[in-house]
Amino acid sequence: MVGAIRPDHELHRRRWSRNLGLGLSLLAFVVLVFGLTIVKVSRQDAHGNPPAATQPAGATP
Amino acid sequence: MSDISAYDGTGDAGFGDFVQLLKPRVMSLVVFTAMVGLIVAPVHLHPLVAFASILFIALGGGASGALNMWYDADIDRQMRRTRGRPIPAGRVTGGEALGFGLGLSLVSCLMLGLAANWFAAAFLAFTIFFYAVVYTIWLKRRTPQNIVIGGAAGAFPPMIGWACATGGISVESLLMFALIFMWTPPHFWALALFMKDDYSRAGVPMLTVTHGRAVTRNHILAYTLMLAPFALALGLTSVGGPVYLTVAVLLNLGFIWGGARLVRRSETEAEADRYRAERAFFRYSLAYLFLHFAALLAEAGLHSAGYAAW
Repeated sequence: MVGAIRPDHELHRRRWSRNLGLGLSLLAFVVLVFGLTIVKVSRQDAHGNPPAATQPAGATP
Repeated sequence: MSDISAYDGTGDAGFGDFVQLLKPRVMSLVVFTAMVGLIVAPVHLHPLVAFASILFIALGGGASGALNMWYDADIDRQMRRTRGRPIPAGRVTGGEALGFGLGLSLVSCLMLGLAANWFAAAFLAFTIFFYAVVYTIWLKRRTPQNIVIGGAAGAFPPMIGWACATGGISVESLLMFALIFMWTPPHFWALALFMKDDYSRAGVPMLTVTHGRAVTRNHILAYTLMLAPFALALGLTSVGGPVYLTVAVLLNLGFIWGGARLVRRSETEAEADRYRAERAFFRYSLAYLFLHFAALLAEAGLHSAGYAAW
């Protein structure tokens, strides 16, 4: 019964879809954080502060 | 327990089941309204920051959906509409949904703070708390005004989008809130009119169950009348203009007319044509909200092209 030990149960498909989805989500998250870092670092002023546009005068923090 | 259900609930849910926990259809509304709130704001964000902000608002909204499904699994099991959700269907355990919802709440708020600003992040955290705790746990099963209060949670996203860009609150963002807040009750009460046995079986005190269907019809009309001034006032602010006002006038006339039509109908008439007017009113309410926000987007486009009316 070679077929009996092959992991092709429907349960394995669900597990695979979950692992693949989680892997892709984490990859996308890493890419997004990297991109955000590039944007934030390259747009800061000489003192390392974020640009004024994101914190306008009169903003209520 | 059959051996099929013995497999279920053992942590072997597919990826799609976790996506279902986020309530993707509610999320699409959150994404759209948050995006409009962010785009019409007078401060312009870098496109990647804007994208990340909307993504984390959506994930925060999804997290509150997962927490809602965790707490409501018992009543979801009794309603036809919600029986197929991941927890009642046995594909995800309650504990998994709770952990998923809490973890995602934390990540989405922290990331929104880092991407946009901490005011927006705190606002998102408050929204999640409001939907999961104030609405789902405290009020949904206690008062027939549950829909009215729960509507506030759905009305916050455009304000959070606006806060991402400006770091604060303004009359424009408050009116966007009011538009969704006042729109929610007639939208859901119309649904409750033609989904009647569901809510009563689950013991959720919907207005249709506690005060009767005629009262519900009157409430729907009252809300369409109270909603109109807010919808029109938004057109007179800096984000409005003639395009928005034209759309708003037409849509509100239609909504009020639809509400008045529901009031004039008796239950016998409604049952005779299988709630055709109620279903039509429900579909119209979806278009109503979508087109208001689409008109705001159109105005934003006109404004940036130099056609600002006021």
